[in-house]
This record gives sequence, structure tokens and C-alpha cells, in this order.
Amino acid sequence: MADRPGTTRLLEVEAVRYRWPGEAGFALEVPRLSLDRGERLLLIGPSGSGKSTLLALVAGIVAPLEGQIRVLGEDIARLGASARDRFRAEHMGVVFQMFNLLPYGSAVDNVLLPLSFAPKRRARVGSHLAQETEARRLLARLGLDASAIGRRRAADLSVGQQQRVAAARAMIGRPELMIADEPTSALDTETRDQFLDLVSGELAESDAGLLMVSHDAALAPRFDRVVRLADILRDGRSVPVPVAVP
Amino acid sequence: MIVLRLALKSLANRWLTALLTVAAIAVSIMLLLGVEKVRVGARQSFADTISGTDLIVGARTGSLQLLLYSIFRIGNATNNITWASYDEIRQQPEVAWAVPLSLGDSHRGFRVLGTTTEYFTRYRYRRTHALELVAGKPFDDLFDAVVGAEVAASLGYKVGDRIVIAHGLGSVSFVEHDDKPFRVSGILARTGTPVDRTVHVSLEAIEAIHVDWQGGGRVPGQAISADEVRKMELKPKAVTAALIGLKSRIATFRLQRAINDYPREALVAIIPGAALQELWGLVGIAETALAAVSWMVVATALLGLATMILTTLNDRWREMAILRSVGARPATVLGLLSAEAGLLTLAGVLLGTALTYVGLVVARPLIDRLYGLHLAIDPPTWGEIGTLAAIVLAGVIAGLVPAFRAYRLSLADGMTVRT
Ligand SMILES: Nc1ncnc2c1ncn2[C@@H]1O[C@H](COP(=O)(O)OP(=O)(O)OP(=O)(O)O)[C@@H](O)[C@H]1O
Ligand SMILES: [Mg+2]
Repeated sequence: MADRPGTTRLLEVEAVRYRWPGEAGFALEVPRLSLDRGERLLLIGPSGSGKSTLLALVAGIVAPLEGQIRVLGEDIARLGASARDRFRAEHMGVVFQMFNLLPYGSAVDNVLLPLSFAPKRRARVGSHLAQETEARRLLARLGLDASAIGRRRAADLSVGQQQRVAAARAMIGRPELMIADEPTSALDTETRDQFLDLVSGELAESDAGLLMVSHDAALAPRFDRVVRLADILRDGRSVPVPVAVP
Repeated sequence: MIVLRLALKSLANRWLTALLTVAAIAVSIMLLLGVEKVRVGARQSFADTISGTDLIVGARTGSLQLLLYSIFRIGNATNNITWASYDEIRQQPEVAWAVPLSLGDSHRGFRVLGTTTEYFTRYRYRRTHALELVAGKPFDDLFDAVVGAEVAASLGYKVGDRIVIAHGLGSVSFVEHDDKPFRVSGILARTGTPVDRTVHVSLEAIEAIHVDWQGGGRVPGQAISADEVRKMELKPKAVTAALIGLKSRIATFRLQRAINDYPREALVAIIPGAALQELWGLVGIAETALAAVSWMVVATALLGLATMILTTLNDRWREMAILRSVGARPATVLGLLSAEAGLLTLAGVLLGTALTYVGLVVARPLIDRLYGLHLAIDPPTWGEIGTLAAIVLAGVIAGLVPAFRAYRLSLADGMTVRT
């Protein structure tokens, strides 16, 4: 499977073991998981099964006890905490389930935020003026009129609007990988589908991959591949989830 | 930079708490600087109680005791100097001038000082300030009295008022020299020294009121009226102490030794500046206590700052997690929080310093008038600047502690940004 590493392979997780600190901390073991460039992967599993934990590992927010997590050929498990922060800033966009935005900043401020920490992404976007234009373009692409909401405090936006701002932030400067932790759980079905279509369209243009987790199998048709967490964990303790594969 | 702008917006959103924190720090700084100014002012005022006098001479006693009764009007002289000894000292070639002081009577709680009119021209305070009259003139007639500013203010005296001097020092005295009343001939300007609480009369007047006295009481059947006493020759036989001015300072120690070794009478001569220093050493414990209290207030304000940052951390911690998710380094997160603490402390320190000076400018004339305390308006000393810088640094550290906590939390919580 790992026949052409570094060319089409975006993410490769191998023999990763992790345990949250503290007594009887939740532990998880992932023998392997991979993602190609431009591929959209949905990871589903019930609440508490460790989806967010796995994403934290992939994003380099926490480091595994053992194993390798290669993103674009770089094993981030071997990097120090601050190097992982830098790597994430350059190559990944992260969307949380909720509370993605700095409430006092405007939508545009929030979209521009990662550029402060990622020189390559900043260079890709261009000058100061170009950055603002790009932020507005992305917001417009996700169905938000930046001239209407661009200057408003993020805290005053609706949940659906906030999630779209967060997605725009994850995509500005074209990072190779977008990581999303149930970004649609607070949205109604129609808004959710529209959100996913818009994100997919934009990602496709930059050939970026998407790793998204959800407990909702109904999202499956909008992804290239669906994986049940129970199937990739070493001891699949979690209950099997019915999956509708496209 | 956008991160800085957002941090400022976040701070602006918490403006009320931030403002209160800054106010608390400012108040503590005002207290710290204010206490310092008053301390320095008080020490200076104290040291400036008497200047221009090279030696104070009295009967042999402790130097502090002599200083206390001759200058501060506290306590009593146990012995007097005979007029002959005083006269001999006055005649010494090194001596430029001498002013005799005769103490022992009082007027409604204020001491009465018998002296010569030279006292008003020789006495100096705050280095060069001479006594000034706000009304009337120095004593001229035998029964004239010049009262200090506080005497006039608290007893409501004006020039021309009649006053009666009591024998002894009690504030309620039953033995009064009521047969020989005095007239207020002048009122002195406030000096902030014990002069304000003194009634000055001539040396002859002291003789006159005691002419028909012996020991502690009037000699029965021998009353001499005020008019009769005017015709008598009133030559003092003794004085309590004397202020001496020298032609040249160089002679100070030599004359001091000579007086201390005076063969015919047990005398002592003290140098006012040295004795004042010694006295301040005793009074100075209070200033240490005062300084300790103001430091505690500063510590309280800094604790308040740390508390404020800790309590707002619940909201901010989400901010930190978001910043980390977009790639902010630990240093950035720590820097933002401690920079905020440092900024608030700096604002507090600057505000407190500014308010201290405004307060000084406004209150100085009042304090000078009410308490005779002269506060200097000088730029902050290097010592004070160092102290203030240390406080700002302490503020940064006070912010660093919660910042570390925030960072550790934002690490440990992984992908889950909770409410
Ligand atoms: N920051 C943390 N510190 C310690 N333990 C944690 C932390 N985050 C999660 N866990 C533990 O890891 C386990 C899996 O949690 P995780 O958040 O990964 O599940 P999840 O699949 O994302 O669930 P959900 O669908 O509810 O979000 C839980 O038992 C939880 O207690
Ligand atoms: Mg989760």
C-alpha cells in the first residue's frame, strides 16, 4: 500500500499507541491508517470511542507514545512540541466541533489568523492586500458575504456562519490537509450538506486532503472513503456502526 | 500583527476588570510613593527644625534631652546655666552671636519662652528660612508677647489681646501670673517647627513675673505690681539654654570641648544636626512600619492582578486552544498572557505615579499650611524608578504563573475545545 510514499500519499499512521495522562487514562492503538492527496476520508465512531483523540494525534497537538505519523513524508511523532506547532501551522487546517473563532475578532481577522504563524502559507497568498482579498474570496466561496459580515465580531455570527468562517480559516494559504472534528454537528441537515459541498469544492481545487470525524453515518455519500474507527483500532472495543458506503 | 490586535480586542472586551485591576495597582503605587514622599519630607522637616545655629548649650544632661527641651519644648531642664557662665561663653572670641532661652512657664498648654529679640533674627529653619511676623511686631514693651502660628490659630489670638501666663507647665494651672498680664504684640508665620507652639516673651519679662516669687509660690504680703516692676532693674540670674552662632564653623568642635570641660559649672554643648540625626533614629521605626504597610498593599494589588488573569482564563483558555490549533507557539501563548499582565501593571504604575504628582501639587500647599510639612516635588529618584520597574517585572511574573497553567491546559486538552 505504501508503494509511492511522498508522491500521492498525504498521511500515514503506523503502529501508533497513545494514552491520555492520568490514572486509567483512555488508551488507543492504531495499527495503520492512510490518506492520499486530495482524498476525503470520513472516520465514524460512537461518542467516546477516541475520534477526537486520533485527530489530536494526526494534528500533532499531542504526540504518540509509539509509532509513526507521517504527514507529507515527515514523521511528526518525532518532532518536538513547538516544531509540531509550526508544522501544523504550515500544512494543516483544523476545524473543531464548536468554538472555533476568537470571539472579539472579525470574521476576516479569524480567517487571516493562521498566516501569522505560517510563512509559506502567507507567501502563497501574497501581499497584505492579497491576504484580505483571499479571505473575502474564501468566505464568499463558502456562501458568506464578507462585506456584510466581514467586520462583525465573530461572536455575533450564527453557529453555521461560524463553522464556515472556521473552514475558510482552515483552507487559507492552501494547506495540504484539513482536519475537521465533527464540524457539522451543530448544523441542520440542509446547512450541513451545503457546507460539505462547498468545502469539498474548494479543497478539490487545491488538491488538499480532508480527514473528518463524525458519529453520523449519514454524511458518508459526500466522501471518497468511509472508515469505522472500530475497524482500525487494535482492540475494536467499540460497537460496530452501520455504514452506508456510496 | 493580527494576534496582537486580537489580544488587545480581547483585553478591551474585559475592560471593566482590567480597569479595576489597573486602578488597584495605581492606588497601591500612590500609597507607596506617597508614603515615601511624606517619609522623606518628614525626615527633612525634622532635620530642618533648626539650622544656622552651631551649638546649643545647657546644663549638663543627655544631648537628646537638651535638644528636646530647648528646641522641641518637650520635657524639662533639670538645671539652669548661671548668667555669669552664659556671659562668659558669649564673650569667647569665636562666638558671633548668642541667644539665651529661658523656659519653665506656660500659657494654656503652650510653652512660654523668654528670650531676646535677636531670637527672631537668628533662628533659622529649613536651612535658610527666618522667622516672619504675619501681624504686629516683636516685643517692645516689657509685657509684650509674640505668639507662634498654632498658638494664635488654636486660641484665636490677634494682636492686642491680653493673655495671662501660668507658672509651671501644666495645661490647667491654678497658679497664674494674673497680676501681670501680657499683650500680644505679634504673631509669627507658620514654620512647621515647635516655634509655632510657643509664646515668646522677653527675658526681662520672665524676671518680672517672678520677682515676687520664691520657689513654687508668691511670697505673701510682698506683691509687687506691674507698674512697680517696670521701675526695677530686671537682670536675669540664670537661663535654661542658649543658642550659639560661631564666626567660623571650624571652631565648632574646639568650643564644644571647651564648654563640656567648663570648670566652674557642669555644662554641655551639642551640635544640633548631629543630635537631630540621633533623635530621628529613634523616631524612624515608625517610618519602617509605614513602608512595610505600603509594600503589603503593592503585594495585594499584584495578587489581585494574578487573580484577575486566573479568573478570566476560563474564557481565554479557549482563545489559547484556538491560537495553538492555528500554530501559535508556546512562547506566543505565554507571551500574550504575561505581556497583558505586564501592560496592566505598567499602566497602573504610570497612572499611580502621575496621580501621586498631581496629588502632591494639589495637596502640598495645604499640607504645608496645616502640618508645616514641606513635601518636595522632585522627579522620581533612581531608587524609586528601580522599585517601579521591579513592580512591573513582578506583574509580568504574576501573569506568567496563570499563563503556564493555561498553556499546559491547552496542551492537555487536545482537540476538544469545550465551553
Ligand atoms: N484532554 C483529555 N485528557 C484526558 N482524557 C481525555 C481527553 N480528551 C479525551 N479524553 C478521553 O479519551 C476518550 C475518548 O475521547 P474522545 O474525545 O477522543 O472521543 P470522541 O470519539 O471524540 O467522542 P465524541 O464523539 O463525544 O466527541 C474519552 O474516554 C475521554 O475521557
Ligand atoms: Mg470528539
